[in-house]
Amino acid sequence: MTQDGNPADKPEKGEEKKETTYVPSLVEAQAELAALRARSNREPARDSTSVRTRPTGAQRVPMLAEADAALEALYARHKKVYPREVHGLFARLRVLLASLTLGIFYGLPWLNWGPGRQAFLIDLPERKFNLFAWTFWPQDLFYLAVILILSAFLLFFFTAILGRVWCGFVCPQTVWTEVFLWIERRIDGDRMKQMKLAKQPWSREKLLKRSTKYSAWILFSLWTGFTFVGFFTPIRELAVSSVAFSLGPWETFWVFFYGFATFGNAGFLREQVCTYMCPYARFQGAMFDPNTLIISYDKARGEPRGARGRIVDPKSQNLGHCIDCTLCVQVCPTGIDIRNGLQYQCIACAACVDVCDTVMDKMQYPRGLVRYTTENALEGRPSRILRPRVWIYGGLLAAIAAALVISVLLRIPLGLDIYRDRNALYRETNEGLVENVYTLRILNMDNSAHVYQLSAEGVEGLRMQGDIERVTIESGQVRELVVRLQADPAYLKKRSNDVLFRVQAEDSARLVATEEARFLGPVIH
Amino acid sequence: MADFVSGFWKWFILISVILSFLGIIALVIWMSRGRKPGARIESHGHVWDGDLEELNNPLPLWWLYLFYLTLVFGAGYILLYPGSGVFGGAFKWSEVGQYEQEMKTADLKYGPLYEKYRTQSIKAVATNPEALKMGRRLFMTYCTACHGSDAGGGPGYPSLRDKDWLYGGQPENIKASIAGGRNGAMPAWGAVLGNEGVHHVSEYVMSLSGRKVNDEAALEGKEKFQQLCVACHGKDGKGNQALGAPNLTDNIWLYGGSQAAIMKTITDGRNGHMPAHSEFLGDAKVHLLAAYIYSLSNKELKAAK
Repeated sequence: MTQDGNPADKPEKGEEKKETTYVPSLVEAQAELAALRARSNREPARDSTSVRTRPTGAQRVPMLAEADAALEALYARHKKVYPREVHGLFARLRVLLASLTLGIFYGLPWLNWGPGRQAFLIDLPERKFNLFAWTFWPQDLFYLAVILILSAFLLFFFTAILGRVWCGFVCPQTVWTEVFLWIERRIDGDRMKQMKLAKQPWSREKLLKRSTKYSAWILFSLWTGFTFVGFFTPIRELAVSSVAFSLGPWETFWVFFYGFATFGNAGFLREQVCTYMCPYARFQGAMFDPNTLIISYDKARGEPRGARGRIVDPKSQNLGHCIDCTLCVQVCPTGIDIRNGLQYQCIACAACVDVCDTVMDKMQYPRGLVRYTTENALEGRPSRILRPRVWIYGGLLAAIAAALVISVLLRIPLGLDIYRDRNALYRETNEGLVENVYTLRILNMDNSAHVYQLSAEGVEGLRMQGDIERVTIESGQVRELVVRLQADPAYLKKRSNDVLFRVQAEDSARLVATEEARFLGPVIH
Repeated sequence: MADFVSGFWKWFILISVILSFLGIIALVIWMSRGRKPGARIESHGHVWDGDLEELNNPLPLWWLYLFYLTLVFGAGYILLYPGSGVFGGAFKWSEVGQYEQEMKTADLKYGPLYEKYRTQSIKAVATNPEALKMGRRLFMTYCTACHGSDAGGGPGYPSLRDKDWLYGGQPENIKASIAGGRNGAMPAWGAVLGNEGVHHVSEYVMSLSGRKVNDEAALEGKEKFQQLCVACHGKDGKGNQALGAPNLTDNIWLYGGSQAAIMKTITDGRNGHMPAHSEFLGDAKVHLLAAYIYSLSNKELKAAK
């Protein structure tokens, strides 16, 4: 965030003059670092004319030289980030969570619940949603709203405690990027080799590597697109028609569109999705407080940073624990320097924590120079996890979750809608009775057929006429019935009378639906 | 492009389009020129928590390319679709054209479904459950507004469920009623008969369907009836299906069977109107509808099959 501490700035000629006139921003710092990395990768011989390098060691990064080019325009050319592979506790945790979430994504559509019934299927043409033993209908959209509210509170809850843990470990953008990075490393090699390859002119080797990498990405993306469509079309049928090249137009579109989005987002846009597109990345800051866990560099312990030999006592050299190896910058998937403090680009993936710990181990310093901590803890104040914010989010979360579970368990899979005929307010039968006509739509949302009994009450001596004997409705079917209610006008006290329709399954006392309607007639005194 | 009354508007649109294009191009060029190296990055002036500032940082370059892309898209759109005010576009697209195209596609798709019943007799179609389902849908769309969801009719709209027909209940009569429509006209007799005359005639008409009436008044009414009403309703009051004159001897009343309603009918007359559907729906759908309506009052057809 500030200029001091950026290794690139200190020895640069003419930089002091600039400092009086301009305040660098995060993006500038990022651009500078990207430029740094780009420079550091070049062979010294080729670069000797234009780059002023710091004289210490091969690990040292060269100086800022071209970053100004990025500052000139209102539009900055994207600097590709080549994150270095990282091992450690959090890297293992991410692989674990990625395997879990990807396993669910790619595996779930293949799971069946009973013969021929896909356990998770959002059947748009049939307008129903299979979820294991349940079947949900458009009438159940209410539950979707509750689930979305629940998800939002989960996000608030975890962000308040753990910061952007969602972004770093389970966000699809992170998870799929992780897979693409893995593929990239298998084909192009590590970070250094990737950068070298990018600089190389086109050759047989580069062509081969690029085509292999893109083919692998495309295959994986198509599989992803196929799986995505498999959540909406029975995936086994989809597999058969894919092999036979006989997919429908919409299925084809979505397989390729979702595949293309995967390919573009995980292969090329990567951290730009988080920094330029994702709204959550921006509003998460509002959910942070000084007790939220963030990934932070311990400035008090690390500074002044600087290179030193392994056996040298840092105190004797007037140095902190940061050896300025820049590994934390190299592993960062969004290309920031965590030592500049908390930044909006940080997705809390903890790669810098992992890599710094390995360096600290090698230097035989205590771990945790870059660590999960809170703002309070960093400033020596007591840190509280169980604070009012957490209790309130947690309480609301528990209440909504309980309400959702209870209402799903008590859900009655029977729907009744009533449409009163509007061509006439009422009609008189030849016997002098007043008659109203209604269309009933009865929806059997249960997984088996039932026989239903219909009745209506509300006016003395009310009679129901129509094809209402033993109404049988198959599972998932809607039955439209026209019924006539007849009443003796002598019993009609008002013009408009409330009547209650009732549908009751013969074989289950639980399956009842009632719906109110109006019965209109003349007033006879 | 000839939808405007005044020729001014097409030029107005053309100039607006051209100016918009030029304006956006100028804006994009201006915005992509950037600022002087080393110049202070502008702050939007929003500061939070003392030191958190909102800066006008550079956008990614590919974002700028997206702006260029929208310009290319816009130019392509103007060339292909009617957007410029003066040029109809290479696709010759119009709303009417699209509507006709969609109707054509729908006809190709659904036409054969209706067509296959057209060659069968209405009586045969009326026993086909699949056809009746389609007929029911058509009925619910086009007929229920007047005749009701149960086809039971209402004041002024005849029931289609009973065996009493104004214009005949044979399949071909029903089809003719739907296809060509009907206009029922009962003249107003109030001026001719006077209040008392109307009362007498109503008494007689009620006696025809066996209701208790004042015999004296009915006798007076019979005389008037034989002069004025027989032409349409017949000597015995059984009506005439060729004219759509209802049978007065059953207890079915199109406009209400109370004496007040009957007197109003005689005094002011009635004009019933059934619109013609043949042009609107086409013969195949009318055929199917006729079969459905025929099945309503001939429930035994299903049993016979």
